[in-house]
Amino acid sequence: MAADGVSARTLAISILRYNPHEAGSAPHMQTFQLEEADGMTLFIALTEIREKQEPSLQFDFVCRAGICGSCAMVIDGRPGLACRTLTKSLGKDITLAPLPVFELIGDLSVNTGKWMRAMSERLETWVHLKQKEVDLERLEARMDPDLADEIYELDRCIECGCCVAGCGTARMREDFVGAVGLNKIARFRLDPRDARTDGDFYEVIGDDNGVFGCMSLLGCHDVCPKQLPLATQLAFVRRKMAAQGWR
Amino acid sequence: MKVVYTDVLVIGGGLAGLRVGIGAKRRGHDVTILSLVPPKRSHSVAAQGGMQASLANVIKGQGDNEDVHFEDTVRGSDWGADQRVVRMFVNTAPKAVRELAAWGVPWSRVQKGDREVIINGQKVTITERDEAQGLVAQRDFGGTKKWRTCYVSDGTGHAMLFAISDRAIAESITVHERTEALALIHEGGRCFGAVVRNLITGELTAYVAKATAIASGGAGRLYRVTTNAVICEGIGTAIALETGVATLGNMEAIQFHPTGIFPAGILVTEGCRGDGGLLKDVDGHRFMPDYEPEKKELASRDVVSRRMEEHLRKGKGVKTRFGDHLWLDITQLGQKHIDRNLREVQEICQNFLGIDPVKDLIAVRPAAHYTMGGVRTTPTGESPTLKGLFAAGEAACWDMHGFNRLGGNSVAETVVAGMIVGEFIADFCDRAEHDVDIPTGLVRESLAREQAKLDALVNGRGTEDASALRVAMQEIMTAKVGIFRTGTELTAAVDGLQALLVRSRNIGLSSKSRGANPELITAYRVQKMLKLALCVAHGALTRTESRGAHFREDHPRRNDAEWLKRTLATWASDADTLPTLRYEPLDVTAMELPPGWRGYGAKDYVDHPATPMRAAEVEAVRTRMTGADRAEVQKALMPFADLLPERLRGGNERIDERK
Repeated sequence: MAADGVSARTLAISILRYNPHEAGSAPHMQTFQLEEADGMTLFIALTEIREKQEPSLQFDFVCRAGICGSCAMVIDGRPGLACRTLTKSLGKDITLAPLPVFELIGDLSVNTGKWMRAMSERLETWVHLKQKEVDLERLEARMDPDLADEIYELDRCIECGCCVAGCGTARMREDFVGAVGLNKIARFRLDPRDARTDGDFYEVIGDDNGVFGCMSLLGCHDVCPKQLPLATQLAFVRRKMAAQGWR
Repeated sequence: MKVVYTDVLVIGGGLAGLRVGIGAKRRGHDVTILSLVPPKRSHSVAAQGGMQASLANVIKGQGDNEDVHFEDTVRGSDWGADQRVVRMFVNTAPKAVRELAAWGVPWSRVQKGDREVIINGQKVTITERDEAQGLVAQRDFGGTKKWRTCYVSDGTGHAMLFAISDRAIAESITVHERTEALALIHEGGRCFGAVVRNLITGELTAYVAKATAIASGGAGRLYRVTTNAVICEGIGTAIALETGVATLGNMEAIQFHPTGIFPAGILVTEGCRGDGGLLKDVDGHRFMPDYEPEKKELASRDVVSRRMEEHLRKGKGVKTRFGDHLWLDITQLGQKHIDRNLREVQEICQNFLGIDPVKDLIAVRPAAHYTMGGVRTTPTGESPTLKGLFAAGEAACWDMHGFNRLGGNSVAETVVAGMIVGEFIADFCDRAEHDVDIPTGLVRESLAREQAKLDALVNGRGTEDASALRVAMQEIMTAKVGIFRTGTELTAAVDGLQALLVRSRNIGLSSKSRGANPELITAYRVQKMLKLALCVAHGALTRTESRGAHFREDHPRRNDAEWLKRTLATWASDADTLPTLRYEPLDVTAMELPPGWRGYGAKDYVDHPATPMRAAEVEAVRTRMTGADRAEVQKALMPFADLLPERLRGGNERIDERK
């Protein structure tokens, strides 16, 4: 019984199952029935299915609080974080599939970590220090408080992969850096501690696998669970890179 | 036989492990980091409110320095900490913040001029100094005399972890994601690496290393109600225990965070209270001043959690079908402040409670949060009993937290210990006598032993359900080894856990896959977790006093005369169902801050016989050196600088302490 005394719903959760590491495994849908509970999230539902019905079911949860980005999956056709999706926000028939684009590990588990590390290496997503060592015994360099907040705004990306899964270009171009990559360039462009110039950034994103590959469909912006201002940032970075290209 | 050779093997890819790895790599050693998940998904990411470092930039932090941070931390620990390690820590914390500032962490910064803040429920205008403009800002946290917690909105752990993880990528450090160390390879009191399972393929590989560092975080998942991520199962700590050689310190010291959202247990930061949030009961009454007139909501976490549970026992909680809870009220902080400084809290409230904390109260109740205990180490971070094994961060009992950790001191510890222990590991690897020359036979045997255990689980005829055992363990821990403990309940807990441990030797699996088999993972982990749970419960039963987060209703006083000592647990034989406990005394005669009242919480305690004499000595030194430089006084009381790596021995510049 739910809190309001109405009978709880029985959910039918259909999951796209496939284990590429197991000989003979073929992709198929499998449906699990379970009783909905108060405050149930997809984390709670999937954990219950694994504990009580199907111990081999693969998925990735870590923080279960919407902050680590592990559990992105396609929920009723839309990329999102499963841990913070309440079942009451969905119909009683729920369809779950792994994120596209990323290498499939099995069932709902995909290798976003491998993709993100490759992206980070390619775009060099770290502050390129102006001097090699800072004197740790001295006062830190000052930064305008509003600028620090602006950098944090873009730094909030959790690399969950939703933007890549929701991206048209990523389906066509295997090496597209995605909104996650372009947002990082926007973040490091803002950072006065980074020695790189627009010329340097152009070297890594000034082509069709970078900012000029974006078709402005902006699925990324719609599905970003952190509500990052991706539409604005993509447009802004494109303008800066176009200006660089004309030089 | 698959073998990977590396100089330094780091088990755990969170803040501590990554910073250890960066330190060793910068000294020219080859580093391999193992991580259950992509490093940026580690539980470090969940640290919200900030990290303590006595920068003293904000006006409410004026006058702060290493000495004040030291005293707050020792009082917070209820005198359980190693005071030399606390000194090493407080001296390095400002350097860690400044290093991270250079590496790109967007620390929230000071804006000069007037600003309105909430202190003790009242709106107050404070004025930040011109000379502080643009320096790293600090907020208030529990158990501190000054505003000392440096922060990035309320996503501090996230910003730190991304900066450090990207730094590790910049320095080409190898990270093997989705791998799990199942056992340490060791012989004759020397650790040589680990047997590691690939969580995607199920394949075992031996990683052979000169130095092995455990940085796998805490074990909050021993409990049903916890703020911890699902990966915080203490497996790194457990494999150290399973050597039978390495010791675990103070495992009974588990911290309960006052504000887990109810009932899910997800954390909302102490920054809520630091920024002016209040705790209220079913009647809307602010109850903390009734219990703790000095620090109110901002006493240390052990004290606040206890007071909340005490208030709930009086029937003052809000009743629901999941049990009772209290309220956290941050409405008076206003939309602008919450949007800017507590936005993760706001998201969590919206997503999991369906409320807006700008206008609604947040349902909270204490939840298991932090493992003060862990792999016992010396100040260099090395196990005193298993050479070549190091530990850092929450997985370690280094021991700067004693029996209660202050908020903001854990993320600080991860990077500070990383900086310090990383250097000592590099020193260790520099020495030729630490070259590895183990026979391949030892590697083969270690691999075979672990493979045999997995095969027994997959092919055996066991009948026990691994998930059910896990749930039963978590229920026992939450019900009987919680905030209020008694001999009767702890005895029942130890008995129950022993029975579960015996049953866990007879687990059977329904899923026979050798690859990524989640049921197999639960099975081998629960066997290890039960040993850790027994270290916690048995240690708690044996310690017949109350200290910090360990509170015995049947022994409510802190008893320095008998219990000013650290619990050391070993697991002597696989057939055992209990850890072997020994105790390591803390030396009162060497303490800079002899035991006394913490400034909050209970005022009655039993003194150690040596305390009055040491207190008089300390007082005499302070009197004799009146007017001397504070660093000189400190040195006369308890020298520590020699314990630090040379590059970290210097002082810290502040606005009021220019170099």
